[in-house]
Amino acid sequence: MSGYRLQGGQIDRTRTLPFRFDGRSHSGHPGDTLASALLANGVRLMGRSFKYHRPRGVLTAGSEEPNALVTLRSGARAEPNTRATVAELFDGLEATSQNRWPSLAFDAMGVNDWLAPFLSAGFYYKTFMWPAAFWERVYEPIIRRAAGLGALSGQDDPDDYDKGFLHCDLLVIGAGPAGLSAALTAGRAGARVILADEDFRMGGRLNAESFALGEMRGAEWAAQAVAELASLDNVRLMPRTTVIGAFDHGVYGAVERVADHLPIPPEGKPRQILWRITTARTLLCAGATERPVAFADNDRPGIMLAGAMRAYANRWAVAPGKRVALFVNNDDGLRTAQDLAAQGVRVSAIIDSRPYAPDPGIPGARHLPGALVIGSAGRLGLDTITVRTAQGREFRIDADALGVSGGWNPNVHLTCHQRGRPVWDDALAAFVPGADLPGGMAVAGAAAGVFSTHGALQSGHAAAARALEDLGRSAPAPTLPQAEDTPIDLRPLWHVPGKGRAWLDFQNDVTVKDIKLAHQENFRSVEHMKRYTTLGMATDQGKTSNLPALAIMAELTGKTIAETGTTIFRPPYTPVSLGVLAGRARGKDFKPTRLTPTHHWAKARGAVFVEAGLWLRAQYFPRPGETHWRETVDREVLAVRAAVGLCDVTTLGKIDIQGRDAAEFVNRVYANGFAKLAVGRVRYGLMLREDGFLMDDGTTARLAEDHFVMTTTTANAGPVYRHLEFARQCLWPGLDVQLISTTDAWAQIAVAGPRSRTLLQRVVDPGHDISNAAFPFMACAEITICGGLRARLFRISFSGELAYEIAVPARYGHALMERLMEKGADLGVTPYGTEALGVLRIEKGHATANELNGQTTARDLGMGRMVSDKKDSIGAVLSRREGMNREDGLHLVGLRALNTGSRLAAGSHLLERGADAVAANDLGWVTSACWSPHLEAPIALAFLKSGAARMGETVRAVNLLSGQDTAVEIVSPHFIDPEGERLRA
Amino acid sequence: MIINHPLLGPRDAQEFTYLGDATLIDRPDGMADAAPEAFHDYLHLRDNPAGTHRELWYHEGGDRSWLVVTRDTRTHEITRVDLARDVALQRGRGA
Amino acid sequence: MPDLTPITPLGGSSLRTDTIGAISIAEADDWALASVAARAGQLEDTLTRARKLTGLDLPGPGGLVAGGDWRAWWMAPEAWMLATPLSASEDIVAAVKPALGDAASITEQTDAWARFDITAPVGFLERLCNVDPARVTPGTATRTVMEHMGVVVLRHGDQAFSVLGVRSSAGSLHHALLTAARAVA
Repeated sequence: MSGYRLQGGQIDRTRTLPFRFDGRSHSGHPGDTLASALLANGVRLMGRSFKYHRPRGVLTAGSEEPNALVTLRSGARAEPNTRATVAELFDGLEATSQNRWPSLAFDAMGVNDWLAPFLSAGFYYKTFMWPAAFWERVYEPIIRRAAGLGALSGQDDPDDYDKGFLHCDLLVIGAGPAGLSAALTAGRAGARVILADEDFRMGGRLNAESFALGEMRGAEWAAQAVAELASLDNVRLMPRTTVIGAFDHGVYGAVERVADHLPIPPEGKPRQILWRITTARTLLCAGATERPVAFADNDRPGIMLAGAMRAYANRWAVAPGKRVALFVNNDDGLRTAQDLAAQGVRVSAIIDSRPYAPDPGIPGARHLPGALVIGSAGRLGLDTITVRTAQGREFRIDADALGVSGGWNPNVHLTCHQRGRPVWDDALAAFVPGADLPGGMAVAGAAAGVFSTHGALQSGHAAAARALEDLGRSAPAPTLPQAEDTPIDLRPLWHVPGKGRAWLDFQNDVTVKDIKLAHQENFRSVEHMKRYTTLGMATDQGKTSNLPALAIMAELTGKTIAETGTTIFRPPYTPVSLGVLAGRARGKDFKPTRLTPTHHWAKARGAVFVEAGLWLRAQYFPRPGETHWRETVDREVLAVRAAVGLCDVTTLGKIDIQGRDAAEFVNRVYANGFAKLAVGRVRYGLMLREDGFLMDDGTTARLAEDHFVMTTTTANAGPVYRHLEFARQCLWPGLDVQLISTTDAWAQIAVAGPRSRTLLQRVVDPGHDISNAAFPFMACAEITICGGLRARLFRISFSGELAYEIAVPARYGHALMERLMEKGADLGVTPYGTEALGVLRIEKGHATANELNGQTTARDLGMGRMVSDKKDSIGAVLSRREGMNREDGLHLVGLRALNTGSRLAAGSHLLERGADAVAANDLGWVTSACWSPHLEAPIALAFLKSGAARMGETVRAVNLLSGQDTAVEIVSPHFIDPEGERLRA
Repeated sequence: MIINHPLLGPRDAQEFTYLGDATLIDRPDGMADAAPEAFHDYLHLRDNPAGTHRELWYHEGGDRSWLVVTRDTRTHEITRVDLARDVALQRGRGA
Repeated sequence: MPDLTPITPLGGSSLRTDTIGAISIAEADDWALASVAARAGQLEDTLTRARKLTGLDLPGPGGLVAGGDWRAWWMAPEAWMLATPLSASEDIVAAVKPALGDAASITEQTDAWARFDITAPVGFLERLCNVDPARVTPGTATRTVMEHMGVVVLRHGDQAFSVLGVRSSAGSLHHALLTAARAVA
């Protein structure tokens, strides 16, 4: 054997894939992981540890890997903290080691290792205590620089991530022998099956072991089973898919790595997909994870789990070293010696902690029953181990690789996601799934503590058959191949006592000493121990370290492991990129956008848009030569006051209310009276929450005896509709009322200003009289315009001017706007946006969302008397509560700056002259403010304590954030036409 | 969570909006003498059971039905789902 | 006829069709829509009158039926949507209301919705909405949510769907459909 590559394996030797690690060129084959390819190239050193910067190599061959974390790719696609053991090799792969400077082989921060006596558990809490001012500015930056993982690129991720939804009868998690057996049983029975596996090659341990299933090698049987499953329409195979969490009612989260094995994703395709899988039954066949044994300096590159060695040798045809030793406490670890020897790898020694251990008879290998490994040596990688025999003799053995097996832990993680607690099994010396599994879940194979291949096949089949029975299907008879059914022989061994640091959590650098310290300082419960030492809190969530640590704590406290208990696992099973959680919801795709019917028209005119909830609305329409937004807004406002303006108000919610009891219904959901509203009339309505506070307001038109159209504020369209459905279905199911939203059906345009009637008369079809006498303020009618187009006309005014709102089927809104502009050219028609709309309504003293903020009442708005006590309407009773009717309560007032050059901002607080700007002196706040081009002064609406009684007085509007302190006169909120003559003109 | 809509079958909870205790159906008579006390109790005094809870959910991303969902607050197990309208009628609510 | 020219849901003067691989997504505006909600105690009368008008039995929960010039699908308890060619019935309420009389409340919905007619395998839906494709069989109308938008999914046949969303977010819905099509095509 010249290099490290062996014969066989599940790699495609017909193709060679070049790749780079820390700038050096290497090559591997399709089927390799980055870890297997690096080992095949003789690279053992792959990273530095988190705290002590110890040199590290691979410990495992799977997703539980704590050590071999690298940054994959470069530039914007760089992805830190990727486990080399699961990174699929591709042509041109680029990987960089992390947490080292200047290089992996010479890391200056390795000095931390010499400082280890000062860096024990709790070090941070004890050392960086004072002064407090240093916490964020000095200590944290230093600690973050010294201890850490990889770094983000700081650039936008150029790739897309997707989400999706799947539904099935049976979700099988894990495609090892149990999962394949279960999927075959359920798939053959015709059930809808999803088989998900985190690996890119299905088969689980069958790919890593050498034993036979029937006449075939395990990997061949797995490939054949996968081929059969792939041929079934009712089975969906999901390789490269990690089920990350078990949620309520059979909902599972899964991340599919669609394109992580490609240099870049194909055009239009996502890199990863977050699937939400809804399933009737679930079978957890997640296998088991081997656990190490802690001994002094057990973290040297070259020391790995025995099962991982087997996987590298059998699946990837890579020898872990030239002289391999094994340190085991169970029979399973001996398989590694057999498989390596069969592949021609020299096995130098088998150190078996069991005094009675049988000699597997590997030629050339020293067999040392009852012996322990007590130390290791070698710079940047293992050269020798130190062994102590059963007789107490200590000596060194040359070995460049050591396989360690302390037994296997069932992968119970997903069984815990609904607070299920694993239970201790003495015979297996492991935690197995408890009885309180997530609903619909069963566990089979090694995940259930059934470790033999035969047992896995059998239990997978049986569990699938039970699930089928639950679903009313019958299971086909099993056709299970002959497979090994070896009983477990294991003698628990968690750590080798002695001097030196023995690692438990490799990623967070937690050693046996740290557990002892936690015990000494009384952090003894497993939850305390975890947080005190940070054991199990790294990205691997302690998959290889939790059990040994709590076994040691059990030893220290003199309790059994069952009494000591275990921490439980939360989602996700393995780390998940934030990108895939965000999915498509990035940038402008974060939420849908709603466009008004005149959006494209406004855009063509150069309108500036503003977000109003989901809507984009025209904020103002600048004209050439206008240099400041307020110049534009002032012009628009004055045009409405002097001529006529047009504004798209489609965004206001419109709810169609019909039925024999429609009037009674509207009367109950509004606080003011509606029962007697005449057909063809509109009324302003105040809607209260049941607690008496204001919910919304708007105008409601009665189109017929049994037909109303209610408008809501833009923001509350959805909530008000929901509220009305609640009232209809839950409160008064006996009323004959039908509701439907028509917000999007109609384009609605406000036509406002003294010339609005003249303009409208030019588009309204003959036969519809809209004169002041025939169509007075607060009238409404269904009419036709422009040669027969259905329209609804409402004479309502938000601006305080003579004004109308006209609605047409939405598809005609654009054309109607153009027509009104054309017909009104000689009238000075001016489109205006939300900014001018706001100024106009502030000048008129109309409330909007700023004033209806959920904390204000009808009384605060000066509309307390509108709340009828003659009827039972929602909110009326509690609006009469004493505390909401205090004499010194808030009142809506107008404010006018004494100095027209000063500034007035919403959010300012009101104070007496000379009062300190402290909360105790607060008199209220400014809700809306603007420059009034009409009054040529800054004005505002505000809530002021006892405001109604203070007209003409002066207070201050103070905004400490912007340093404004403005003297204002308290005036009526109706700055314009308080008698309402204009709107009735 | 999955809510088994009485008309539409199992639907993901993402389609629904939660309101709260189903006793909100039992709105007092606002014209009765003791209305203030009754509304105080109705609005503010709710049981907070560790166990079976009847609560209102709205199928906003669906057919706009209000549902009464019987759910165990400890396990999230849903044992019953009714149309709120039917429940309201059963409780004697009418016009 | 009014002398105003309508625009399409996406804001154009002509309808847009996109083809991505085997998937096609066509903006459509040729249906007049009206909601029909039975009034209290008049369900039977509503069904009878609707049958007389359309020749269709208004379907039960989640159902979609079609025949002649009419389509009808279930929207809510005792409420349906009726669709008929816009060219034949520009003012659909004027056509439906006399037939239904006082049995039901009728509301024009033609422009409340943007519609996209889609040819795609049912798996297309799995990137868009959390409904079980096994339940979205031909002849179903499913109200659900796509990218935070309320939609109705009509399945007419094996690969024939319509997706309706509120008209104001036609652009966002179209974008979502195209993105999903590119992802699965």
